[in-house]
Amino acid sequence: MAKEITVKQTNIGMLASRQKFWGVVSMTLRYVFLILVAVTVLFPFYWMIISSLKTLDEYRSAVPTFWPQTLDFKNYAEAFEVANLGRLFFNTVYVGVVSTILSIVVTILSAFAFARLEFKGKNVLFAGLLATMMIPGELFTITNYITVAKLEWLNTYIVLIVPFLVSVFYIYLLRQSFLQIPNELYLAAKVDGTSDLKYLIKVMIPLALPTIISITILKMMGAWNSYMWPRLVANDEAHTLITYGLRNAFTDASGEVDYPVQMAAVALVSIPLFLVFIFFRKYIMKGVSRSGIKG
Amino acid sequence: MVESKQHWKAWLYLSPAIILLLVFTVYPIVNTLYMAFANGYGMMSAAGGQKFEFGIENFKKVLEWGGFLTAMKNTLLLCILTVPISTILALLIAVILNSIGPLRRVLQTIYFLPYVTNSIAIGMVFAAMFNITGSFIGTENEIVYTSGIINNIIEFFGGTKVNWINPGSSYWANIFVLVIYIVWNALPFKILILLGGLQSVNKQYYDAAKIDGTGKFRTLTRITVPLLSPLIAYIVITGFIGGFKEYSNVVGIFGESMGPAADPGRLNTMVGYIYDNVAGKLPNNQGKAAAAALILFVIILAVTLINLWVSKKKVHY
Amino acid sequence: MKVVLQNITKIFPSRNKKSNEEVVAVNDFTFEIPDGKLIGLLGPSGCGKSTTLYMISGLLAPTSGQIFFGEDDVTQLTPENRGVGLVFQNYALYPHMTVKQNILFPLQNFKGEAKLSKEEMLERAFQAAKLVQIDELLERKPNELSGGQQQRVAIARALVKMPRVLLLDEPLSNLDARLRLQTREEIRRIQRETKITTVFVTHDQEEAMSISDMIVVMKLGVVQQIGQPQEVYDNPCNLFVAKFLGTPPINVFTGTVKGGKLYIGEDAVMDVNGVEDQEVYVGIRPEGFIVDAKGGFKCKLSNLEVMGRDVSVVSYNDASLNPVVRSIVDADNKIDRDSEFITFALKPHKVFLFNKETEARIYLENKSENKKETKKAKGGK
Repeated sequence: MAKEITVKQTNIGMLASRQKFWGVVSMTLRYVFLILVAVTVLFPFYWMIISSLKTLDEYRSAVPTFWPQTLDFKNYAEAFEVANLGRLFFNTVYVGVVSTILSIVVTILSAFAFARLEFKGKNVLFAGLLATMMIPGELFTITNYITVAKLEWLNTYIVLIVPFLVSVFYIYLLRQSFLQIPNELYLAAKVDGTSDLKYLIKVMIPLALPTIISITILKMMGAWNSYMWPRLVANDEAHTLITYGLRNAFTDASGEVDYPVQMAAVALVSIPLFLVFIFFRKYIMKGVSRSGIKG
Repeated sequence: MVESKQHWKAWLYLSPAIILLLVFTVYPIVNTLYMAFANGYGMMSAAGGQKFEFGIENFKKVLEWGGFLTAMKNTLLLCILTVPISTILALLIAVILNSIGPLRRVLQTIYFLPYVTNSIAIGMVFAAMFNITGSFIGTENEIVYTSGIINNIIEFFGGTKVNWINPGSSYWANIFVLVIYIVWNALPFKILILLGGLQSVNKQYYDAAKIDGTGKFRTLTRITVPLLSPLIAYIVITGFIGGFKEYSNVVGIFGESMGPAADPGRLNTMVGYIYDNVAGKLPNNQGKAAAAALILFVIILAVTLINLWVSKKKVHY
Repeated sequence: MKVVLQNITKIFPSRNKKSNEEVVAVNDFTFEIPDGKLIGLLGPSGCGKSTTLYMISGLLAPTSGQIFFGEDDVTQLTPENRGVGLVFQNYALYPHMTVKQNILFPLQNFKGEAKLSKEEMLERAFQAAKLVQIDELLERKPNELSGGQQQRVAIARALVKMPRVLLLDEPLSNLDARLRLQTREEIRRIQRETKITTVFVTHDQEEAMSISDMIVVMKLGVVQQIGQPQEVYDNPCNLFVAKFLGTPPINVFTGTVKGGKLYIGEDAVMDVNGVEDQEVYVGIRPEGFIVDAKGGFKCKLSNLEVMGRDVSVVSYNDASLNPVVRSIVDADNKIDRDSEFITFALKPHKVFLFNKETEARIYLENKSENKKETKKAKGGK
C-alpha cells in the first residue's frame, strides 16, 4: 500500500488557480440559473400587475411595454363593478371565517379524543378515518351533491360550510401535535382535579398553537381558492364565492378580451393571498411541508 | 373509574366529527358504489320513483363514449409530461439552491409564491400571456391587436408567433401551455419538500465525497438522489395523485369550455368529465359520474401501488 | 509523506451577527509531522484539534499559514487534490450502499491516467477490506453492522485509495469501552502495516498516549506541548498539560518556596535548590508518593482502595486543589487503615512546580537533564 497519489510540485500552482477559476465559474452559473428561475416564477405576477395598470390601447399596442406609460387605476374600479367583487369578497370571507372557526373546534375536539382519551375501538376508528384520505374527493362530491339537493340546501351559505367541515387530515395533524405534549402534564392535571375541557383549553391548545394556526390559514386559503364545490351547489349571485365568480365574470378565455380589467380583477383576488403569505409565511410553509394538500 | 367515564366523554368529543363524516364521507362511499352499479341512475329519475337494475351498464357507457376516453387520454398525457418534468426541475433547483449562501432565503420564498396563488386566477394570467388578442383569430381574416407577451418574446428572438390557445390552435400547442402552467404550479411544493430533505442530510456525506474527489454530477446521482429517494418517491406519488385529479389548471386557462373556443371539451380531464355528469353539461347522469369516479379511484390506487412497489425496490433504506 | 503545518491560524467569523467577536479556533500552529508516524491531536472539546484535522484534509482553509505535504504546498488545494483519507467521527458511511460499494466509491472517482479497471478496483477494495478484517461483510448495508464494524469499513474506505495522509476524527468515541481497546490496537496495527502518516484527534488522553508515536496537546486553539507520550507525561510544560494527562489525574496543591525548601501547608516536603522564594502550584503524580513515617508530607487518611498489586490511598490535605489526594503505592506497604494520618515522602522527579501566575513549569536546576528532548511549543504558555 505504499504507492502514493503524487501531485507534481510544478503543477500545484496551476491546479490551485484552476480550482479557483472553476469555483467562480460554477458559482456564477448557479446564480444565473437560480435568478432565471426566479424571473420565470415572478413574471406572471409582474405581468398581471402592469397589465392591470395599462390602458386598453396600451395593452393592445403591437410592441409590448414593460412599464405602463400612465398608471391607470380605473381598471380596478371597473373590475370591481364588472365582476361584482364586493359581493364575492363578502361571501367568501363570511364562508371562510365561519367554516374555519367551526372546523377548528371540531378538529380540536376530535384530535383531543384521539390523542388523550381512552375508549374502545379508538385505533380501529382512527385507522378507518385515515383510510378515507386515500379516496379522491370527487367520489364524495357526487353523492353530497344529491344529498344537499334533497335537503334543499342549494344556493345557501350552509351548503358551502357544512359538508366539507371535517378534514381527517387536520385531525391527524393536530393529534400528532397533541401527542407530543407529555402525558405527565395530563396526569398532573387530573390529580389536581382539572377537568378535561379546562385542560384542553388551558394547556393543550396553547402548546399546539403553531399547528392550529397552520390549519387555520390553510383552511382559509382553501375557502378562498375553492372552485368546484361552490360552482356546483351555490352559483346564484347571492352566494357565489370568489374563485368561481371571477372565472364566471370573464368567460372569454381567448380572442378580443379586455385584459387590463380582467388582470385588475385577478390582482384583487390574488393580493389578499400574498398578504397572508407575507405575514404567515412560516406557518404556511411548515403546514404545507407536512401536508402537501393545496388549500 | 376514570376509564369508564372517559368512554362516553370521548364519544361526546368525537360526535360532531363522526356525524358529519357519516353523512358526508361514509354514506357517499356506499351510495356512490350503489349508483355506479345502478344502470342508468340519475337523481331526477330516482326522485321520480324509478327503480334501477344492477349491472355494469354505467361503466360500459362511460368507456364506450368518446368523451371519457378523451378526458382519460388528456389526463394521462398531462400526468406523464408534468410529473417527471416538475420533479427533475424541482430536484435541480433544490440542489443548486442548497449549495449557495447569500440570497438563499429570498429565492426560497420567491419559489414558493406560486403555491399561495389561486390556480384559476393565475391561469387567467397565463392565458393572457399566451393569447393573441384580436378578432377572427385562426381564420384568414384575422385582426391582431397584440400577439401576447410570449409571442412578442418569440418574435423578438426572430421566431414566428404561435397560435397557442386561440381558435384554430393545435392540440399540442394547448398541451404545451398546460404543461408550462401545471409545472409552474407544481414546483413550489416539490422544491419545499426536497429542500427540507436536503437540509436534513448529514453534511459529512458530502465532506466524505469531497475528500474522495467525487464530481458534482456523481455526487448528485450517487449520493444526493439515493439519500433523498424516500422524498422523491413521496413527491412522485403525490404528483401522480394530483395529476390524475387535474382540472382547475385547465379551467384557469381555457375556462369551463375545457378547450379553445372553437373546440370545447378537447382538453377535458377525468375530473371534468365527472363534474359534467353530476350537474354540469350533462345533468341527471350521476350513475355515469359515479362509475367514472370509481374508475378514477382504481387508476389512482393502481398507480400509487405501482409507485410504492417500484420505490420499495429503488428506495434504498 | 511528512506533513508540515506552518503558522496555521484559523479564525471563524462570529456566528452571532450582533457581536463581532471572532472565534480563534487555531492560533499559530507550527509542527512537522514526520513521515510514517501516528500522531495524536489531544485536547478538551473546543481546543481546535478537529479544526486542525479538517485543515489538513482541505475541507477547511486556514485563515493564514501554510500546509505542506512533503515539499508540496497544498494550502490552496481542494481535498481531492491532496490525496488524503478521512475517517469521520460518525463514519459517514453512505447508508444506501453496501460495504463493498462504500469501499469502491472513492476508486470510481479516479479520472484520466489514475483510472482503474473494474478488476483492479475490486482487487484493491478486497485488499482494503481484508486489512481491516471485514472481507466477510462486503454485501451488507451499514445499518446491518455493529459500531466497530462500521468503523472498520470507514477506515477501509479511507485507505482504499492509498492516501498520502490518513486522518481520523475521534475514531473511537462512538464505540463501547471494550471495543475501544480492541479497535485502538487495530488502528495501531493498520498504521504500522501501511506506514501511512496518520493523524488522529481525540479528547481521551489514555487513547492518545497508548497508540501515538507523538502527541500534540492543545488548549483553546493554542498548542501546549508536543512530544512522545512518555516524555510529555514525565515532563509537562505547564499545569494544563500536567492535569490533562494521566489517570488517576495529577494531585495539585498550593505551595510556597522559601529558602530552597518547598512547603505544602506547614510541611516542608522537598528541597528545591535554586528556585526563588514564591508562591507556586505543586503537581504530584499519584505514583510520586512513598509511604514513609519519616517523610515530611502529612495528610489525613480517608480510605484505602486495594487493587491487588497496588493500593490507592485516598487522603485529604487542606492545600489540595483536588477534592482528595490520591496516591498509588506498592501493596507491600503496611498501612493502618484506622490511623488518622498518613505521612509521605515524595519522589522528586514526580513533583512539578508551576508559576502561580502563568501556570508555566518552574524547572529545578538539578533536574535540567529532563528538559532536553521535549520541544516546548511556540506560543505555549
